[in-house]
Amino acid sequence: MSKQLAAVLGTGQTHHTTKRSDVSMAGMIREAVDRAMLDAQVDWADIDAVVVGKAPDLFEGVMMPELYLADALGATGKPLLRVHTAGSVGGSTSIVAASLVQAGVHRRVLTVAFEKQSESNAMWALSIPIPFAMPVGAGAGGYFAPHVRSYIRRSGAPEHVGAMVAVKDRRNGARNPHAHLQQADITLESVQASQMLWDPIRYDETCPSSDGACAMVIGDETAGDAVDGAAWIHATAMRTEPTTFAGRDQVNPRAGRDAAAALWRDAGITDPLSEVDAAEIYVPFSWFEPMWLENLGFAEEGSGWRLTEAGETALGGRLPVNPSGGVLSSNPIGASGMLRLSEAAKQVMGRAGDYQVDGARTALGHAYGGGSQYFAMWLVGATKPA
Amino acid sequence: MRDTAVVSYAQSPCLAANRRDDMADILLPVIRAAVDAVGIERDEIDFYASGSHDFFEGRTFAYIESLDAVGAWPPISESHVEMDAAWAFAEAWSWLQLGQGDIALVYGIGRGSLPQDLDQVMPAQLDPYFLAPLRPHRDAVAGLQACAAIDAGLTSEQHMAEIVSRCLASATENPYAQTSGQVSVHDLLAAPYVSSPLRKHDVSPPGDAAAVVVLAAGDAARRLTARPAWVRAVDHRMDTHYPGMRDLTSSGSTRIAAGRAADLAGFAAADVEVAELHTEYSHQEPLLAMALGLNGAEINPSGGPLAGRPATATGLVRIGEAARQILDGRAGRTLAHATNGPALQHNLVCLLEGAA
Repeated sequence: MSKQLAAVLGTGQTHHTTKRSDVSMAGMIREAVDRAMLDAQVDWADIDAVVVGKAPDLFEGVMMPELYLADALGATGKPLLRVHTAGSVGGSTSIVAASLVQAGVHRRVLTVAFEKQSESNAMWALSIPIPFAMPVGAGAGGYFAPHVRSYIRRSGAPEHVGAMVAVKDRRNGARNPHAHLQQADITLESVQASQMLWDPIRYDETCPSSDGACAMVIGDETAGDAVDGAAWIHATAMRTEPTTFAGRDQVNPRAGRDAAAALWRDAGITDPLSEVDAAEIYVPFSWFEPMWLENLGFAEEGSGWRLTEAGETALGGRLPVNPSGGVLSSNPIGASGMLRLSEAAKQVMGRAGDYQVDGARTALGHAYGGGSQYFAMWLVGATKPA
Repeated sequence: MRDTAVVSYAQSPCLAANRRDDMADILLPVIRAAVDAVGIERDEIDFYASGSHDFFEGRTFAYIESLDAVGAWPPISESHVEMDAAWAFAEAWSWLQLGQGDIALVYGIGRGSLPQDLDQVMPAQLDPYFLAPLRPHRDAVAGLQACAAIDAGLTSEQHMAEIVSRCLASATENPYAQTSGQVSVHDLLAAPYVSSPLRKHDVSPPGDAAAVVVLAAGDAARRLTARPAWVRAVDHRMDTHYPGMRDLTSSGSTRIAAGRAADLAGFAAADVEVAELHTEYSHQEPLLAMALGLNGAEINPSGGPLAGRPATATGLVRIGEAARQILDGRAGRTLAHATNGPALQHNLVCLLEGAA
């Protein structure tokens, strides 16, 4: 018994925005599901199981919303799994769905991730006081800013690198009709003039709060062969480490390094920077681009910012990072990880429209969550793994 | 499929309220017991899967704390379901089919006692637009189902009391049970209703506990224990959400799962000697026995959920108890059932067998 081939047959997503007051959760999800099923050329009878992921249920105030969503997801009479691994959940959900196919348990799996942040208040949900634990009273930015400061100190990166990432991702987002923020005219100067929120993270270097959903249909080898331009899954990896302990490196966490090493090993990649054509990396605050470039092994520790500064991560560069606009342009939290993995798939399927990386054959999708402790990633290719 | 077996099972005593230990404190000794029982070190575990839910803990990302009991260093390969841990078991079983590792640890942790008022929490599980605003209390939907079951002639208040009496008596043999005792049907029937026709004893008592199952594939399973409980099938199915759109007396999703599991296993629910059923309410026992097609199996010898229902661990406890029957050499074939959601919306069936 060994792992079987699996491929992304189709992807779909909503037009992400601040408030989707025109639809219910079910209505919003179905937009993404219907688009993914159309893209994959499948009907409900073709779907064997459904895997749902989202960030904390307190974000909408609905406990196990997949129960109520069962009908909208076409899950009635089928198996359904609900994944939750903090911010990486959209990535983990995709990987769990893929593993059900790779394990030979199901032939075609529909996987969906979403967040309807406007139904509740994420800042409130993230700031609930916990006895005997340090509260994250300032939301995620307050938590991650010290890591960014530490990165800048350790690497000696110049101050403008963070703003460069924001400009690049927002301009990329303006090429993506589904992106929440459409800021084609953003400039380095305007980012640097935006309000300081959590030093050194400015307002324009921060992800938005979005309502949105993402879906994919993942199928086995026969299903992949039957459609035009499937994205073949070459490798997947998930790693987790604890939130806090003395000596833990939160800037360059070992769980991320281990996951990347396993991913490159399983995919037969020896030089990621040369062999990967595009990367969708989970960058909710601009500085995480250079940080994760190092963590993923695209650059030596301390030198990730040089790739960014040299323009190598822009469209047309050596490794375009977040051509879709990334988390900095759309952040329906639970779906953000799946958006990264599905945008990677779209690149190798040649379906990325105005933000298509020319000739992309191999792409990385990456998500992280919790206190930089959950990592989920996959490598997809235009052809079957060798 | 790749041969995979439960090789070890442990749980903590189910307490009505554990105010001494936090999540990690409850879980740590249980993981230790499950791992020690088969003499492995934690670095031999290739994959972890867990189940819990934030709404019982009253905060976001509650399960992160449980990682302190897992000891996720060096970093581990791990996943989590925001549902009963029986579904984490299903995920771990699938993961072992990949052939990337041989040993997986599944844990469920839940503290049903933490919410100040479950009547405020449980309606949040319903359709937020059409059902939740009605604010049915925690047992209201089950009361409708019990009514329907009685009307359909599946059970009676007398029969339900007999089930409770039998389960509580069985639980006297289970040191982890939350409640147990020799109680007469007559006394049970004298109690007031909490959600007519359900009386307090018809409702499984929510509590706090953790459960841990160690799964191993092929030769690893044979190496770790003398009599592995081979997982011949796991299947689970979802029903529609709306109680008004379902026949509440016939669990269609359980029937589908049982049929699919029988196809995979080569034997059916009718062939098992012991069945551990996730009966959140007494009336669900005959309903499930019928949907599964049980034929003379002993039901819930552990006492079952009517003797203690640790939030999001109860389904995994069923799998552990069904496996224990085989690990201890008391049965050859057993079944475990788990449920999630209101009035048996989502059901899982696991068939286990002793012979290699």
